[in-house]
Amino acid sequence: MTGLEFVFVLIAALTLFSAVMVVTTPNMVRAALWLILALFGVAGTFVLLNAAFLAVVQVVVYIGAIAVLMIFAIMLTRKVMKDSGPQTNSTWGLAALIAAALFGGLTFALTRSPAATLMAPDFSTVSDPVAELGRALVSPQAYVIPFEVASVLLLAAMIGAIYVAWKK
Amino acid sequence: MGDPFALISQWFTNLLLGWGLSESAATVIRLLVGAVILATISMLTVVVLIWVERKLAGRLQDRPGPNRAGKFGLLQPIADMIKIFTKEIVTPAQADKTIFHLAPVVFIASVLLMWVVIPFTATVMGANLNVAVLYVVAVGAFGVVAVLMAGWSSNNKFALLGAFRAVAQMVSYEVPMVLALMVPVLLARSMGLTDIVNAQSVWFIVAAPIAAVIFLITSMAEVGRAPFDLLEAESEIVAGYHTEYSGMEFGMFYVAEFLHVWTIGALLGTLFLGGWRGPGAETYPLLGILYFYIKTFIGYFIVTWIRLSLPRIRIDQMLAFNWKFLTPLILVVLIFTAILDKVLEVYAVSGWGHALSMLALNVVIGWATVQALKKVEKSRQRRRPEFPPRPVAVAPKSE
Amino acid sequence: MLTNWLYVGLFIIVALVLPAVTIIVPRFIAPKKPNRIKVDVYECGIETVGEAWVQFKVQYYIFALVFLVFDIETVFLYPWAVAFDKLPLFAVMEGVLFIALLLAGLVYLWRKGVLEWA
Repeated sequence: MTGLEFVFVLIAALTLFSAVMVVTTPNMVRAALWLILALFGVAGTFVLLNAAFLAVVQVVVYIGAIAVLMIFAIMLTRKVMKDSGPQTNSTWGLAALIAAALFGGLTFALTRSPAATLMAPDFSTVSDPVAELGRALVSPQAYVIPFEVASVLLLAAMIGAIYVAWKK
Repeated sequence: MGDPFALISQWFTNLLLGWGLSESAATVIRLLVGAVILATISMLTVVVLIWVERKLAGRLQDRPGPNRAGKFGLLQPIADMIKIFTKEIVTPAQADKTIFHLAPVVFIASVLLMWVVIPFTATVMGANLNVAVLYVVAVGAFGVVAVLMAGWSSNNKFALLGAFRAVAQMVSYEVPMVLALMVPVLLARSMGLTDIVNAQSVWFIVAAPIAAVIFLITSMAEVGRAPFDLLEAESEIVAGYHTEYSGMEFGMFYVAEFLHVWTIGALLGTLFLGGWRGPGAETYPLLGILYFYIKTFIGYFIVTWIRLSLPRIRIDQMLAFNWKFLTPLILVVLIFTAILDKVLEVYAVSGWGHALSMLALNVVIGWATVQALKKVEKSRQRRRPEFPPRPVAVAPKSE
Repeated sequence: MLTNWLYVGLFIIVALVLPAVTIIVPRFIAPKKPNRIKVDVYECGIETVGEAWVQFKVQYYIFALVFLVFDIETVFLYPWAVAFDKLPLFAVMEGVLFIALLLAGLVYLWRKGVLEWA
């Protein structure tokens, strides 16, 4: 196993373990913190794919803004942090079966698809990936329309959120 | 004289390879040793900074500062450290123990991680990341999470309230900070700190003084230094999110704050004052380190000077200042800097011409801002009602 | 390039272990005598009243929300800033349009009174 594969297995194990803990832990604040760890694992995966910019963006936006927002929402609205009652309900057997079937189906489909043999994209010929991304974002042949629409979308999201959350 | 650091690194790698380790294992060990050295140097710098801060605070407040422990009080930090090491760590009842003990570690890790990307000389740095500027913002995000962890796990309403206010402050001031960081990135065409330093044939503080000032102010608010230190306002919410911490865990919060201010000085120096650049720094790396430390100390001194001179501001004043003044200002500066930079590039103006035109732009924007503020103040004056003069005490009429 | 990130990964481990060691050392040299009063949470010197929860103040959430939107905006703008050399003037104007739209959003929030603390 090469060093890269070893690191990938480590990061993937961390991400999956944190994801399982998010769903199973009864304490909500701890679930939020496990989520932060899982998102951090995703950022690590981005680094292994030579997408360093996306990795830091993941941390800045997802962990720094969205996770903080979620924690605020949890801490401000719940008096009792522990979920009361049992963790599973009566139909948990059927749910586990469906989840396992879905997992098996997805694994089967992915290993048969071209994605199974893809390697991390080789950026050694590109001098500056971030600059290329920037150029693609504003060039008329590439993504300029989504770029401007994204700003309108952010404006709409801001106005919508204020409309929902603001009481005056 | 050559580059002593490259020589040491090469010697160490050869030593490891000579012991029979594979190439990748030798790389990992070399990087690990470098990481340990960098982290230890950063934390030991704080020991020196404690003395500097207290002496500086003393002199600016017209008193001698510590002068009992050793000559000039130089052993004072040692005394402080011994005291903090031997204090009991009290865990509050029903606190979430794991998160409670993890929070100070994450908090200081978020500050230590900033030192990975800061270039000490042309060749000496932790890691030359091409996304270094956003990396610095990203590790700041971990500080925010650590504050929430600390406030929440203390099981103390004041700590929780303090944590919320601290996070509201840190998160609000991150917007103009990230935007102000974009100005040197724009001018240097790269997010990597080594590229930004290499692009500063003319220091960026000439080309973007408003962005430098805004970066300084917002970083001070991120750390929680006065005048933004209502998070530790002892008379208001005790000690905020670190009320329940004692002993070395409180020491970690304290160390993290000092290190963060020093890091702000380093970032200010790297982004706006030319980093390690100076006469002769390219040939003698040690001179580069000297210039770097001088510029970092200038930034540190300015922050401490402001801290010891201005009173604390209220949270509503602070948030209004951020959202209604700093954010629109930096957005306007960004728009005009971008346009002017492109125009100057089209006309092939660079070096001092470029810097001076940018300076002129900043002066114009600054003057326009001052005029706008004067108008706002005047309209506010007009709306304030005139009170008729009344005597302070009136004798009772009934006899 | 990946060795740089390997350094970052190793530094994360070091940055977590070193302060942890510094905190664990006092466990051996500092006294440890918890009693009921000492471990009680601090509430201005009196007994605590009620659980530790905070009155819901929507303002905290609003500020985090506005921060989120502006954060995403800056993340879009960073590649634009880095690619500045290769962009013609109208591409710069597209970026300026992006910033101007969000400036308009900020003005909207300001006029709506969302940015007040009280």
